[in-house]
Amino acid sequence: MGPAANPTVSGCWACEAGGSHPPIEDGGGFVAVDLSCHEVLKMPNRVAIVGTGQTHHCTRRLDVNGVELIYEAVGRALEDAELKMKDIDGVIIGNMDHFEGINYVDCWSIDGSGGFGKPTMKLTTGGTTGSTLAIAGYHMVASGMFDKLMVIGWEKNSESDTTGAITTAFDPIWDRLVFAGAISGLAVEASVYMATFGVTERDAARVTVRDRRHACLNPYAHLRKEVTIEEVMNSPRLSDPLKLLDLCPRTDGACAVIFASEHVAEKICPKPAWVLGTANRHLYTYLGDTDFVNLPSLRRASQELYSKTGIREPLKQIDVMELYLPYSFAGLSWIEALGLCKPGEAPRLLWDGVTDLGGELPINPSGGVISCNPIGATGLIRCAEAALQIMGKADKRQVPDVKIALSTGFGGCFWSDILLYGAKKPQ
Amino acid sequence: MTERVAIVGVGQTRQERNKVYDTFADMVYEATTLALADAGLSIDQIENVVSASNDFWDGRTISSMAINDACGSYDKNISCVEGDGTFAAFYGMTRILSGGYDTTLVVAHSKGSESVSSHITNAMFDPLYVRALGLDAISSAALQARRYMDRYGVSEEQCALVSVKNHGNAFRNPYAQLPLRLTVQDVLQSRMLADPIKLLDASPISDGACAIILARESAARKTPKPPVWVRGVGYCADAYHLGDRDLAECAALVQAARKAYDMAGVRNPRKQLDVVELYDAFTYQELLWTEGLGLCGPGEGGRLVESGATQLEGDIPVNPSGGLLSAHTVIAAGLVRIAECVLQLRGEAGERQVKGARTALAHGVNGPCGQSHCVWVLGV
Repeated sequence: MGPAANPTVSGCWACEAGGSHPPIEDGGGFVAVDLSCHEVLKMPNRVAIVGTGQTHHCTRRLDVNGVELIYEAVGRALEDAELKMKDIDGVIIGNMDHFEGINYVDCWSIDGSGGFGKPTMKLTTGGTTGSTLAIAGYHMVASGMFDKLMVIGWEKNSESDTTGAITTAFDPIWDRLVFAGAISGLAVEASVYMATFGVTERDAARVTVRDRRHACLNPYAHLRKEVTIEEVMNSPRLSDPLKLLDLCPRTDGACAVIFASEHVAEKICPKPAWVLGTANRHLYTYLGDTDFVNLPSLRRASQELYSKTGIREPLKQIDVMELYLPYSFAGLSWIEALGLCKPGEAPRLLWDGVTDLGGELPINPSGGVISCNPIGATGLIRCAEAALQIMGKADKRQVPDVKIALSTGFGGCFWSDILLYGAKKPQ
Repeated sequence: MTERVAIVGVGQTRQERNKVYDTFADMVYEATTLALADAGLSIDQIENVVSASNDFWDGRTISSMAINDACGSYDKNISCVEGDGTFAAFYGMTRILSGGYDTTLVVAHSKGSESVSSHITNAMFDPLYVRALGLDAISSAALQARRYMDRYGVSEEQCALVSVKNHGNAFRNPYAQLPLRLTVQDVLQSRMLADPIKLLDASPISDGACAIILARESAARKTPKPPVWVRGVGYCADAYHLGDRDLAECAALVQAARKAYDMAGVRNPRKQLDVVELYDAFTYQELLWTEGLGLCGPGEGGRLVESGATQLEGDIPVNPSGGLLSAHTVIAAGLVRIAECVLQLRGEAGERQVKGARTALAHGVNGPCGQSHCVWVLGV
């Protein structure tokens, strides 16, 4: 889509030989200049995260309505990036409709999102909504159509019946009565994983202990209180083998992340978090569509991401991970899917402290999803936290000298999204 | 935009009152298969998918889950836009321009027959102050229609002309649901839904799906049919509360159109556009949107339809497909507008063909009373 009319350009600065560009007449009266020799011009924009904002998270935010909650995150992201809403040229937002019972959330949230008079769009893919938004933020800015895009995920779980709403995701005839909802599916995955590799409930409890310990360092986390292995083991059993403290809470909260193009990113933020790559897989439609060992969607998505970005040894090459681990066993099985170790070996990494703050590859320095889960925001919080680590703004939870960070999203039904970030502007 | 993007394949199901034999997935599979055949591509050649659906209309949270396998997204990158298909197509296009992919399949579906429209559209409104008043798509549109008619003196007869025209055009469109031979009197005498909107001023309840395939120039050149180029696209949202807007105007549409026109080099839309497919959920909306799109001045939409200019044989045919008045597949409706424009530009629109169409406009809407608009200018 070139300019409507343009003469031949000769002696072009960008061509090695000072070449000339013939006009293309495509028959419709639209004339463009043929720039096909310019590899550099065909390259998409590089994209960085330049600002993030999170709300205060807790079980019930009775002090704000949904729109005000969204504004709390948007305002903080703008403050972080030292931008005004007028600087933002587009908004994308997401949540899960059935939790708050609001249809056309992109339209309803305008006063909080700042979308008035701007291109505004809603995306939703269930639990992966937050990471879906982050991936969309990347593509929409990389396309050259936006310079500064506000990306917002939010949820007021206190206004919902979470399991009731999630149950409607499943096919009403075949699946809904036999295999639906959030907890039971994860219990099946945990049981299969335990049976396959001889992993124990205590191994899984170690994941909760790690995430809840990290959460104490994060002022935005919902549950900021350490728990012990024994406390996890003795908490009420919800769906065998899962106990209350194996699982994430329900949280009210929102997160906003500003994605910017390479032309403006470094002017806004001295050390922006560059997006190096994205990938996702949403493989499950009906029960039986997925294998319950090592989350195939994450395995495939991470393989694509690693091959696109040159990651061969994730444990060594990546400095920090913010993973959407909605329950403890995911912290074992899914890091095997990410290629951090061989299947069945994750408990060793956990007990050795490799994934603790101070370890070789800290996972969830924010405290993760087990400590905070405003569903539509959760995947985007992982993105924001990974970006904070690269920007060096993670305060007490900062991992020293982060060059490469990774974040994931989980949702739908055993679906995965994944993003990789870097401190260095990609070539 | 640094590179050109084209639409290389389109597919739509027939739009019907109640597709009792088809699930969401069946409809999506049909539209996807048709679009692939149209583009001469196999599903393996599609690099990524963007679907459009709405959890409320589908009665399913994570509504994309129902159709992910049907649109061939297995082991591909996929996303879901919740809103009109024109918005999903925009995101699909950016996934090509970002350098991410060569081809994007965009597919949208809706089954009005499985929904209670008044409840679902009531849920668009503020839960504390407005919902209890019972506002829904029809009653809010009635407020807008009344304000628009009062502001500009547009008459019910002029609105009725849109119904006569579009239902008449639907006879030429095999995908349309409601071809009707009507007179202005028929429309005026039809059952009152919410004053001034009568049954034949409103779009029907419809089931259907639509799919399009977008491709970057290098990939588009390899497909068998002439590529239809994206010349320009823009979208924009207005204020939420109806009282914060002057419902007789459509500022967001004006702005979305300006962006699309600037990108496409359109300065005089009335002259430069050959055919327009817009989101006429109600008769007055076609008049109001033609004004917002700059096809006539503010308040002149009524006279435009009276002049016959928007007839199939007129100088600026609007909705030769029959528009939403002849089939309203909510989330898919905007994508159907794009698909219809593609058929027009290829000269494949059969009896509804606008002769020599080279530049077309497609339009989609989200939210109450046209809060958010997406405008596409396409050309060959």
